[in-house]
Amino acid sequence: MTTPITEEENKFNSLIRLDRMPHIWCAGCGIGPAVGCFIRAIESSGLDPDKIALISGIGCAGRAAGYVKLDSFHTTHGRALPFATGLKVGNPDLNVVVFSGDGDLVAIGGNHLIHSARRNIDITVICINNFNYGMTGGQMGPTTPLDARSTTTPYGNVEYPFNVPYLVAASGATYVARWTVLHARQLEWSITEALIKPGFSFIEVLAPCPTLYGRMNKEPQGMNTMHSYQERSVVKDGADPKDVAINYDGQIVVGKFIDTERQTFGDQCKLVLDRAKEKKKG
Amino acid sequence: MSEDGVLCGTFFMNGDVACAEGAISAGCRFFAGYPITPATEVAERMSERLPHVGGIYIQMEDEIASMNAILGASWAGKKAMTSTSGPGFSLMMENLGLGVMLETPCVLVNIQRAGPSTGLPTLAAQGDMMQARWGSHGSYEIIALAPSSPQEIFDFTITAFNLSERYRVPVLVMSDEAVGHMSEKVVIPRIAPEELVSRRRPEVAPEEYLPYKADGDLVPPMAIAGEGYRFHVTGLTHDERGYPIMTAEVQDQLVRRLVDKIRLNRKDIISYEEIGIEDAEVIVCAYGITARVARLAVQQARDAGIRAGMLRLITVWPFAEDRIRELAEQVKAFVVPEINYGQIVLEVERCTAGKASTLLVPHMGGGVHHPLTILKAIKEAVQ
Repeated sequence: MTTPITEEENKFNSLIRLDRMPHIWCAGCGIGPAVGCFIRAIESSGLDPDKIALISGIGCAGRAAGYVKLDSFHTTHGRALPFATGLKVGNPDLNVVVFSGDGDLVAIGGNHLIHSARRNIDITVICINNFNYGMTGGQMGPTTPLDARSTTTPYGNVEYPFNVPYLVAASGATYVARWTVLHARQLEWSITEALIKPGFSFIEVLAPCPTLYGRMNKEPQGMNTMHSYQERSVVKDGADPKDVAINYDGQIVVGKFIDTERQTFGDQCKLVLDRAKEKKKG
Repeated sequence: MSEDGVLCGTFFMNGDVACAEGAISAGCRFFAGYPITPATEVAERMSERLPHVGGIYIQMEDEIASMNAILGASWAGKKAMTSTSGPGFSLMMENLGLGVMLETPCVLVNIQRAGPSTGLPTLAAQGDMMQARWGSHGSYEIIALAPSSPQEIFDFTITAFNLSERYRVPVLVMSDEAVGHMSEKVVIPRIAPEELVSRRRPEVAPEEYLPYKADGDLVPPMAIAGEGYRFHVTGLTHDERGYPIMTAEVQDQLVRRLVDKIRLNRKDIISYEEIGIEDAEVIVCAYGITARVARLAVQQARDAGIRAGMLRLITVWPFAEDRIRELAEQVKAFVVPEINYGQIVLEVERCTAGKASTLLVPHMGGGVHHPLTILKAIKEAVQ
C-alpha cells in the first residue's frame, strides 16, 4: 500500500484552495481526478499560474473554478465560453481555460461552443462528460447514450447524443482529444499540449458519475465505470472524429484526434488593427 | 480626429453614432454585440472606430454571448460596452444579473423599439423601462440613464461608464429609436483624464486581498485577472472572500450591500432637470425623447396661463423618489407621458402617495407624442 500524501507535502498546494476543502464531489466521481490532471498539467506546461484564468459554467464540473488557486470565474449556466472570450480578447497575455460539463458546454452552451471553435479563439476547453446532469439529479443530456436510463428517461433515452469531438472539429477547433479519467497520464499530457498550443483546443474527458448515471446504468461504483473504461477504451490517435461516437456499451475511442494549425482570433484581431491603421494613413 | 484616435470637434451625427463616440471618449476599448434594429449603427460605428484607438470589436453569436463577453473583458481590465434593442435586451437579462452579482463595471445600451416580441423594429418606444429595473431575477439595484438627443447620448454614455466604474455595477443607457436615428449637431469636447473614473484597485498584497470586502461606500476594490491576485468570483451567493456560502445570513449581507451601495449613494447618482418648478401647480414628469416633446407642451401650457413645470428625469433608475415626494406636497398633479402603456407613472404614483394626482399620457409605440396630446392632459390635470 502506498503512503498517502499529506497536505503539507503536496507540491501542488499552491494551486489548490485548501480553505475550500472538502469539495462537494461524491465519492467515486471523476471530476476530481480530471482537476488533478489539470493542476499537474499547469506545472508540466511551465506556464506562470498568475497568468492562467479558469472559467466554469454551472454544474458539478462547474465547481472546479472554485477549487483552483488561479484567477477563477464561476459564471452562469452555459456561458463560460463567451465570458472567457471577453477575458482573452481583453487581455491576450492570459492563458484562458474553460473547465465545465457536457450539459453546460454542449446543451445550453452549445451555440457558444461551436462559435468559439469557429473563431478559433485561443482558449483551452476541458469538457467533463459524465453522460448526465449531475447537479440537478441525473437527468438526460445532449451526450446521454441512446437507451441509457436517467431520471428523465425512465424508459430509456430515445434521443441521439452528440458526438462531441466531431461537433467541435467540424466547427473549427484546432486541437481535439478525448480521454477518460482512467487515462490520467495521457489526459495530463493532452491538457499540457492544449495549454501551450494557440487556438481553440478541446478535450473531452469521460468521468464516472456513480451516484446518478452509474447507479441507473449498472455501474453503481466509480470503480465499475473505471473497469468499463478499461474494457471498452481503444486508443486511436488521429482517428477521424466522425468515427468516434459513443454508444451505451460499445467501444470508446480515445486519443488525440485533431492537432492542426489555423490563424487564431487574436491573430485576426491584429490584422484588423493593422488594416485600420493603413486606412487611416491612406 | 486627434492623434490618439479620439474624436474632438463639432459633428453632425445620429444618436447611435454619438453613443459609440461617447463610449470611445469614455475609454471604452472593447465592444461585443449582435446586429439588431435600431441599435445596429452603434455596433457598426464601434467596429470602424475601435481599431483607431487600439480597441477590439467582436461580433458575438447572440446577445447572451455579447453580455458575457463584456463581463469577461471588464475582468481583463477593459472598459466594455454592448448595445441592443428589446429582443436582445431580454436575452441579456440573465447575465446582467451576473454582472450585478460579480460587481462588474460595464455599459449596456438599449435603443428601444416597440414591443412586445418583435413588435415595431424600426420605430420608437420606451417600453423596456421596467425591464431595465426588474428584468433579471432576484433583488438588485441598477443605474439607468435616459438621453433625449444625440448630444445627450454622447454625454450620458460617458456618465454611464463613470458611474459603472465608480459603483461596480452595469449601467444602462435607455435610449430609443427616435434618438438613435435622429441626426443633429454633436459637440465632442476633449475629455480630460481626470473627468474619467476608473474602478478602485486593491492596495493590499494578494494574500490579504478579499474580493468582496467593502469599506464605507460599500463598493469593494476590484482586482483584474493576470495580476497575481488569484481571486475567485462566483454568481453564487458569496462571502467577502468570494467563496460560495449557502446560508440566509450571507445572502442577507450580500444582497443588502449590492442594493444599498446604489440606494445609499443615490444623491450622488441621481440627476434630473427642472423647468418652471417653483410656482408649478402641475408637473410633467418625462424622460428620454418624450421629455423633448413635453418641453413644448409645458411652454404652451404656460402661454395658456397654466402654471406648468417639468421634472425631466436624466437618471431613471435609481428613481428620483425623494424629489417627487417633495414636489407632491406642492403640486396638484403630475402628468406622465411615456411611450408605453404605463411604467414610470407607477413609480410617480407610488412616490406621490396620494398627495397629488397622477395622469398617464400613454403612447403604445411607433412614434412620439404630439405635444398637443400632452397639453390636453396638462389642462385636464389642473381642472
